[in-house]
Amino acid sequence: MLKKILIANRGEIALRIIRACKELNIETVAVYSEPDADSLHVHFANEAVCIGPAPSHLSYLNIPHLISAAEITNADSIHPGYGFLAESAHFAEICESCNIKFIGPDPHVITKMGDKAFAKDSMKKAGVPVIPGSDGVVKDITTALKIVQEIGYPVIIKASAGGGGRGMRVVHSPEELDNAFNAAGSEAESAFKNSSLYIEKYFENPRHIEIQLLGDNHGNIISLGERECSIQRKHQKLIEESPSPAVTQEVRNKMNTAAIKGAQGVNYNSAGTIEFLMDETGYFYFMEMNTRIQVEHPVSEFVFGIDLIKEQIKVASNEKLDEKMKNYKLRGHAIECRINAEDPSKDFRPSPGKITSFHVPGGLGVRVDTHAYDQYVIPSYYDSLVAKLITHGKDREEAIVRMLWALDEFIIEGVSTTIPLHKKILNNENFRNGDFNTKFLENFDFNFEGGK
Amino acid sequence: MRAKEIREFVKIVEESNVGELEITRWWWGKIRISKSSSHVTAMISPANIAENTTISQASKPVAKNAVVEETPAAQTEESNLIEIKAPMVGTFYRAPAPDAEPYIKEGENVSPGKVLCIIEAMKLMNEIEAEIKGKIVKILVDNTQPVEYNQPLFLVEPS
Repeated sequence: MLKKILIANRGEIALRIIRACKELNIETVAVYSEPDADSLHVHFANEAVCIGPAPSHLSYLNIPHLISAAEITNADSIHPGYGFLAESAHFAEICESCNIKFIGPDPHVITKMGDKAFAKDSMKKAGVPVIPGSDGVVKDITTALKIVQEIGYPVIIKASAGGGGRGMRVVHSPEELDNAFNAAGSEAESAFKNSSLYIEKYFENPRHIEIQLLGDNHGNIISLGERECSIQRKHQKLIEESPSPAVTQEVRNKMNTAAIKGAQGVNYNSAGTIEFLMDETGYFYFMEMNTRIQVEHPVSEFVFGIDLIKEQIKVASNEKLDEKMKNYKLRGHAIECRINAEDPSKDFRPSPGKITSFHVPGGLGVRVDTHAYDQYVIPSYYDSLVAKLITHGKDREEAIVRMLWALDEFIIEGVSTTIPLHKKILNNENFRNGDFNTKFLENFDFNFEGGK
Repeated sequence: MRAKEIREFVKIVEESNVGELEITRWWWGKIRISKSSSHVTAMISPANIAENTTISQASKPVAKNAVVEETPAAQTEESNLIEIKAPMVGTFYRAPAPDAEPYIKEGENVSPGKVLCIIEAMKLMNEIEAEIKGKIVKILVDNTQPVEYNQPLFLVEPS
């Protein structure tokens, strides 16, 4: 078993990892930037090392300082969390060459799955349904035209090295193709230093369904079932749940099988997620693979009944996954609300500052993952996630009703939060009926008092 | 609470007319620093939360219920002294090699460009140069001590 883990992250996920380490009797090293000196993860780790000033590229993304911190504390491994360097194959390689275990998949798997065009190709070879489109990178407009004629409009042009909604253009008709192709290429070049593009069929009202996977170094891969993540704004998830109200057991079985095949195809050996687009008829297509632990992992932990971070660490320690997990079934229903320090009524403007009053809900089936506390000052340098509120119930309706009173009890004063927005979404008739897709928030009315 | 923060609070009490200072945080407990005519005493009580292991595991830990005594230092902490801080994370070395002479000693003068020490990181030796002109009043870390970003290394009296 690993002996001492350096957590190369901050906020709630750093605290989450420390908790798992305590249960496994593993020592922890927290790293922090100057403004994070009073963070909870710093206080609750065994040791803490300051690694730089506020800007992420000088601290949490500063590879020499991170590796140095591991060296001076004799940490034998690094957990990258999510975001920051979690999907940096370069960082994973450097860890390996410095004899520090990177808690995640092998570097070459990160590289392969990080290349969107290559990942799609790899899944196709493994027999996973993929979105009809170009076979890899589209070199020029002539090739683009040929492909579009095959698969039909509408299509979406995407950056191969991209993500987060940038370097993307939807094309509904032949007149738009030229401009869209050039614009996407320029945006990709400036955002990712790589102008390679690929083209896919565009689905108007898809649902975003992802499968949580866990693999070990001995060829075993299990699926923890699906998460429904269609409640998104500008490709940022706001609410996630498991199971999906739109996925039948038949589709679930097919998705689990496909996802496991896809992961086996790259010998995946850590926690990871395969994202699918599902159309209105229940057909699903591979979108991308995330080779890290994700923000919404607690949702799967509730319905599947395991500790994903502990399992990730055990796998990194070369342990075999427990065979029994292959037979677990999803139990009940779980929902997560991402509570961000943002004001929805002002275009989700970030609201950093001091939390003057903080009270967290509790009770049966209520889980809060947060690094915030009363009088905590939310810095302006990092993301706006303040807390994750997750509820579990015997069915979807109970989980929703539970979430509603838990949101009522959650007091965060001094900053604006998305709590009122979550309440509004959960009370929405279509959401309640399970009748929604990724377009749900597009025409939503965000104008009401941001919770203060 | 880290040792360097305790030292800072002790300094505050030492240099002011404050007779006693007590700070409480729910996650690490309480620290009380008091001044008598001859010395300054710091008392630390860990939080009374059964499973809370914060205090005993702070980096460079001070043992639970320890009493840290700090006599009014021979170093008169003049307010014009400048701290030279570590620009990186790594291991501090006073000399270019284990058996070589240290780069500088206390009392020596330095000027911009003078190599003061080495900080080793990822097997690379990085020479740290002075950026100001002055006299090294105190060397704050020991040879082969691990240092973090912005950790004070030298106290300099600028000239």
